[in-house]
Amino acid sequence: MKYYDKLVFELSKEGRCGFSLPLNSFPSGAELPAALRRESALELPEVSEPDVVRHYTNLSQMNFGVDTGFYPLGSCTMKYNPKINEEVAALQGFAGLHPLMHAGLTKGALRVYQEMNKALAAITGMYTFTFDPCAGAHGELTGLMIMRQYHMMRGDLGRTKVIVPDSAHGTNPASAAVCGLEVVEVKSLENGRIDVEALKPLLGPDIAGIMMTNPNTLGLFETQIEEIASLVHGCGGLLYYDGANMNPLMGVARPGDMGFDIMHLNLHKTFSTPHGGGGPGSGPVGVAKHLEDCIPDIRVSGFHGNFGVILRAYAYILALGRDHIRKVGQYAVLSANYIKESLKDVYKLPIEGVCKHEFVFDGLVNDGAREGVPGATTLDVAKRLLDYGFHAPTIYFPLLFHQALMIEPTETESKETIDAFIEVMRKIAAEAAVDPEILHGAPHCTPISRPDETAAARNPILKYQDA
Amino acid sequence: MASLPYLPHTDADVRAMLEKAGVKTLEDLYADVPAKFLKKGPYALPPAMSEQEIREWFSSLEAQNARLKVFVGQGAYDHYTPSVIPYLTQRSEFLTAYTPYQCEISQGTLRYIFEYQSMMCALTGMDVSNASMYDGPTAAAEAMKMCVSCTRKKNTVLLSRALLPHVIKVVETYAKFHGVTIGLIDAPEGETSLKALQEALTEDVAGVILPSVNRYGIVEDHTGFADAVHAAKALMVEYCDPSALAVVKTPGEWGADIAVGDGQSLGLPLCYGGPYVGFMAVKKDYMRKMPGRIVGQTTDKEGRRVFVLTLQAREQHIKREKATSNICSNESLMALWVTIYLSLMGPEGLREVNRLSSDGAHYLYCELLKTGKFDEVFPSKPFLKEFVLKPKEFPGLMQKRLEEAGFFAALDTEEGYVTFCVTEKHGKAEIDRLVSVIKEG
Repeated sequence: MKYYDKLVFELSKEGRCGFSLPLNSFPSGAELPAALRRESALELPEVSEPDVVRHYTNLSQMNFGVDTGFYPLGSCTMKYNPKINEEVAALQGFAGLHPLMHAGLTKGALRVYQEMNKALAAITGMYTFTFDPCAGAHGELTGLMIMRQYHMMRGDLGRTKVIVPDSAHGTNPASAAVCGLEVVEVKSLENGRIDVEALKPLLGPDIAGIMMTNPNTLGLFETQIEEIASLVHGCGGLLYYDGANMNPLMGVARPGDMGFDIMHLNLHKTFSTPHGGGGPGSGPVGVAKHLEDCIPDIRVSGFHGNFGVILRAYAYILALGRDHIRKVGQYAVLSANYIKESLKDVYKLPIEGVCKHEFVFDGLVNDGAREGVPGATTLDVAKRLLDYGFHAPTIYFPLLFHQALMIEPTETESKETIDAFIEVMRKIAAEAAVDPEILHGAPHCTPISRPDETAAARNPILKYQDA
Repeated sequence: MASLPYLPHTDADVRAMLEKAGVKTLEDLYADVPAKFLKKGPYALPPAMSEQEIREWFSSLEAQNARLKVFVGQGAYDHYTPSVIPYLTQRSEFLTAYTPYQCEISQGTLRYIFEYQSMMCALTGMDVSNASMYDGPTAAAEAMKMCVSCTRKKNTVLLSRALLPHVIKVVETYAKFHGVTIGLIDAPEGETSLKALQEALTEDVAGVILPSVNRYGIVEDHTGFADAVHAAKALMVEYCDPSALAVVKTPGEWGADIAVGDGQSLGLPLCYGGPYVGFMAVKKDYMRKMPGRIVGQTTDKEGRRVFVLTLQAREQHIKREKATSNICSNESLMALWVTIYLSLMGPEGLREVNRLSSDGAHYLYCELLKTGKFDEVFPSKPFLKEFVLKPKEFPGLMQKRLEEAGFFAALDTEEGYVTFCVTEKHGKAEIDRLVSVIKEG
């Protein structure tokens, strides 16, 4: 990767043109009244087509993607994005469909939704899905709306609180707040699982339900799920499943069978659609049969959700089929355990035992700290990984450990790639033990070095015109 | 069964990895899952397809969809997509990248988002833009929440009845669960009434959402609106078609506090409704209340200009339930589409798109009236590319004839009108053909 400094505005030259439009063959139409016309100048760049192509190609070369290298990124499954998916989503017969066309004109698109609904129900054990949500957090919000709608439709209006474990993704409590629910936190035990004894006194007629991630954000299966489900249902609440961690259960176990009533899936994680630098995603929400009637009044996006993403995920499911789906879950879990066991002598493993698709280290065993030299932190390890050509893991999450470093390899990385990663992680641990300063200064080999984030927040420059 | 080329594991790899993991079989990795929850028997899924079979299957599905010339808008506009855009956005460095939290290896994403933010500010006349939202309606819903959080002890947000129907529905859904009361302002003459607004501006009103160009395609006159809204200590939100902002008065010029809308009209394919890209841009005062990611400029250790995600103290991964929103993933790649589109079009290209669309729409409007099959609904109201008419006959038959002739047009509205939209993709000959289909009926 090389450093490239331009912004497209800096390539602009008055009179240069990057568009090609048809000649105007119409008699001139009505002019807008002066009072409705834009008066201010429109500060867009004026650049030619070659300028644009070269500029964005140069920008892309400062980016890392799944096609560039390995993302050992916990909490966001970054698996390979199959190329046939892209081809399918670009077909004009899909890309050219207007969202308000009636069912008679969109039979092929509707078939995609029907088949996806059947497939996701089979994979998760849910009864039916809505495809409107455009991302994972959007799915959480939709799922919580369904939860509240269920209670409201039964005239049970006092259920205003939702239980969220302390290890939950930040989006869980945030989605609850947007949905008008008060968050009640339940603590985790030393072994990383929900403290069932601490859960019991929280349950009552004011509880709408509980949001769980299973396996949780430590990559650990909530072994007491059956008891938790029975307790929460016993108090009249519902169980929500955060599908961010669905990958290890693919082909092996189903949230619907464990007692979950509502769940979302991240098609841009578990179902191989590309992350796009932060979206578009798709977060379909599945519900058990008794919640089917709670969906129709809930309208969370303009039309039918992110159809283009749903198409890609459907292509992936067809490639997996019933024959290969089990390997997705199993190999994801195998790779995680293999890395964990290969590194736990040099990185602190707070909770022993078999993990699922991801696990969390709590910093280095020997961070190299000595008189006058602070030890290497998790941030330093993450930044040093960039020098060796790997993306950094998710760090400082979950909040249960001070030096959390969360690793999820996915099933699409080869043993060779994983071995290379293990070797680099060991090398970094050795560097830290000898001279943590190497790590404090990292990264050294990326297009830019560490930024001044404090200055960015203190004196915000948020557009070209501000600079 | 077809093989799956996405998994690199050989049997020898699996054996070696199991050994290191300290278990005998793949099943042992799930020993902690209660046996009753392990799925027995095969999944109810079709057998695995080869790539060739997948391609053929989608091609058969695609063929079941109608291929029509689109003359309907209503929040999804059939503007032309320059070929450069899909070419560049398919670059895997953009497409397969994660959220740019690791800025040292994400300067590509961060730079285009900074450019996107700059362009959205230029279009709307606002000070600060976020990095994108899901779509226009959800951006409006976020603006609704922002109005409440930016004002003290107020809990009602007013929506114009002239907003697009899907915008109203989504905002109402969010409001119901967020505990916000929604009031609707009438638009009796085809645009939001200032008088109705003034009457509705009670003490409890936190904000007002108004359409810049409304559901009837009419360019609204918001003279006096900002003064009325601000006098009531409420926020003014404009819902805009960003393409039209090249020629119509901007939210900034009208005195709005927040601008939202859907970037779909800036070169995104219709794609049956998504992925699109919502935008939000605000006055500087409200910067720290804004939802979503924001990219800012700073320097690295060598003093070079670099870009980072900033003001993250507003966001869910830091603030959890106290965050300004729950949004995490947005529509980053679609923001790149918009950025490349606006780079190519520039100010003159975007004005020309509006000129072609508007001239085509006015031509179609006149020709349709000449058929004698429609009445005018809002004569003399200014419009650009979209308009409504009142059909003299039941529109179902007309729509069917149009479909058979290859047109998606004259979609009926809740009010009993039919709606048309013309973009630069439609030339005079095509419009003449559409009119002749209607005339012959």
